Amino acid sequence: MSLDVQNLDRETFVVNLGPQHPATHGVLRIKLTMDGEYIVDAEPVLGYIHRMHEKMGENRSYAKFLPNMGRMDYVAALFNSHGYVAAVERLAGITVPERAEFIRVITCELNRVASHLLWLGAYLIDLGGFTPMLYAFDDREMILDLLEAVTGARLTFCYFRFGGVANDVDENFVSGTRVFVARMRSRMPMYEAFVSKNIIFRKRCEGIGVISAETCRRYGATGPVIRGSGVAYDVRKAEPYSAYPRFQFNVAVSDLCDNMGRYRVRVDEIVESLRIIEQAIDQLPGGPVMAEKVPRSLKPPKGDCYFNVESARGSFGVRVVSDATENAYRLKLRSPCLSNLHLFRECSRGMLLPDALAMLGSLDLVIPDIDR
Amino acid sequence: MEFVLEIARVVLYVVGILAFVGFNASYLVLLERKGSARFQLRHGPTEVGPFGLIQPVADAVKLLCKQILIPKNVDVILFFMAPILVLLPAILCMVTIPFGATIAARNFNLGLLMVFAFAAFNVFGILIGGWASHNKYANLAAARVVAQNIAYEIPTLLIVVAVVMVTGTFNLQEIVAQQAGGFWRWNILRLDLNPLQPVAFLMYFICLLAETNRAPFDMVEAESELVAGAYTEYSGMTFGVFFMAEYTNIVLGCCVATVLFLGGWQCPFGLVPGPHWFLLKMYALCFTVIWVRWSFPRVQFYNLLNLSWKILIPVSLANIILTALMLKVF
Repeated sequence: MSLDVQNLDRETFVVNLGPQHPATHGVLRIKLTMDGEYIVDAEPVLGYIHRMHEKMGENRSYAKFLPNMGRMDYVAALFNSHGYVAAVERLAGITVPERAEFIRVITCELNRVASHLLWLGAYLIDLGGFTPMLYAFDDREMILDLLEAVTGARLTFCYFRFGGVANDVDENFVSGTRVFVARMRSRMPMYEAFVSKNIIFRKRCEGIGVISAETCRRYGATGPVIRGSGVAYDVRKAEPYSAYPRFQFNVAVSDLCDNMGRYRVRVDEIVESLRIIEQAIDQLPGGPVMAEKVPRSLKPPKGDCYFNVESARGSFGVRVVSDATENAYRLKLRSPCLSNLHLFRECSRGMLLPDALAMLGSLDLVIPDIDR
Repeated sequence: MEFVLEIARVVLYVVGILAFVGFNASYLVLLERKGSARFQLRHGPTEVGPFGLIQPVADAVKLLCKQILIPKNVDVILFFMAPILVLLPAILCMVTIPFGATIAARNFNLGLLMVFAFAAFNVFGILIGGWASHNKYANLAAARVVAQNIAYEIPTLLIVVAVVMVTGTFNLQEIVAQQAGGFWRWNILRLDLNPLQPVAFLMYFICLLAETNRAPFDMVEAESELVAGAYTEYSGMTFGVFFMAEYTNIVLGCCVATVLFLGGWQCPFGLVPGPHWFLLKMYALCFTVIWVRWSFPRVQFYNLLNLSWKILIPVSLANIILTALMLKVF
């Protein structure tokens, strides 16, 4: 179902989708030019939640800026901190103890599962099905409890430090994570039966919102969006970091290119993340969780460093330029959601409003991550 | 004397039907909230009264106290007429529903026809409401609801025509009376008259969901696409009336389904027929409507129309032909 936008001579009208609209999950505004229910043009308007994180990173010390990272992509906050601390560590030449790297991987992957579960619920709400959200949140709750025990926060985590992590994990966390992995595995068939096999869900996903791999590359889309278009690009494999090279896991890819492809990638990624968590828990080494001799006031030598991590939404990059003072000279944050959003304008052209919103949902946007 | 009795009868039934409608509108909302909560690992309302049983009263008071906002550029007369136009026909239809062998406000021969004549008003109300709101979301929803209701009115009527061919009457009392004896005498299981009867019931149920704009066919609200659809600009009790009308229409649709297919007030085993059986069957259907809503995502609009024009209408036409053949041959 699409419309020949080129040969259009009928009357159109403009609808403001947002900044407060149930489908935009936050203060995203999309100016829709519509012909009936067909979308002629969709212009994303950003800036409603811009907080100048990059500037803040330049006028306060490295440690003071660290909590900000949890406020960008608050659904998967650990990845942001991971990117930032790893970039600064590389710049300052700090070696992170092995145990800390393992803990980072475990908590990050737990965060990825939590993020994908939240997406699953929110996406089904976009499609008009309310119930799966509460099942997804029920599972997510277990992750949040686990993470709360070690990080002290449930959403905007600030757990990683330059040189390690803030607290060591205890036996409760290890056993709790094992219980969670087993439970989540047993829940996956339920999601398949309840969501994936639902005929209405499949009709709304299969063949709807097709994004070609070429379009993804052109806009710099990463994460489940490009993997849902058949490109096996995953930073964890492409530029291995932290303890990821130690673990066996597959990159979830789907050739479908449509909403279903992106849905499948995320569901498969939950399974892969559980595999990583299980291996990391089994191989968890002993030792300290903080590097020794990390100065309280960090002054990395003059230099320039870019660090890329695979966040739940795609490639999240941090570039830190140091001039050997307490503050960074320049901080650049590359957020995956911004790139993922911008292909919406091209791809939604000629689509029907409900289908376009289904596609928007499948991109998994977190608005504070777009605006920063 | 007879005149006074007649007046008393009318007053009694008016009060009775209004009470029935009001009770259903408020307590079906509670059932929906409680039911959806159970489907979703929640508890639902628990605070107001035991098990939250007084919650509908609190909801009603809240709606009554809320300010009714009238946006700029609204056609005020149409804006306020719309909710009434949706609710009133639904209440009128209740007049012919036979709740028991002797419990029906009016027992007249064209009862079934009247129900469908008035039920068709529903779409006008929502169209007028959506149009008068002067809101783009509401306009889009109003356009949707017209296309949807036309598409589903046709198969509904075709299915009902097939049933009427079997029963030979529009009188709802008589239709129920014919189904006396046991559940194998109900129209849904009268395979000797038409082997497609269970399919017809299923199609009627799908049409019922679409006609009452219930999920998965809730195009008129579609909260993730059109904010609140045709009801976007309605607040306070004007919204409350729309809400009441939605539930009244569900009750009405389930009543008609009970009468046409499930033997009305007849007992499944031929024992103690009465209004309790009618209510039991009707509420079981209402519960199914709620159950469906919380289990499925919303369909796309064009799939909704495809379902009607490409599947329901051809099948219901075939159903009519089959019924006619069965009547002629046997």
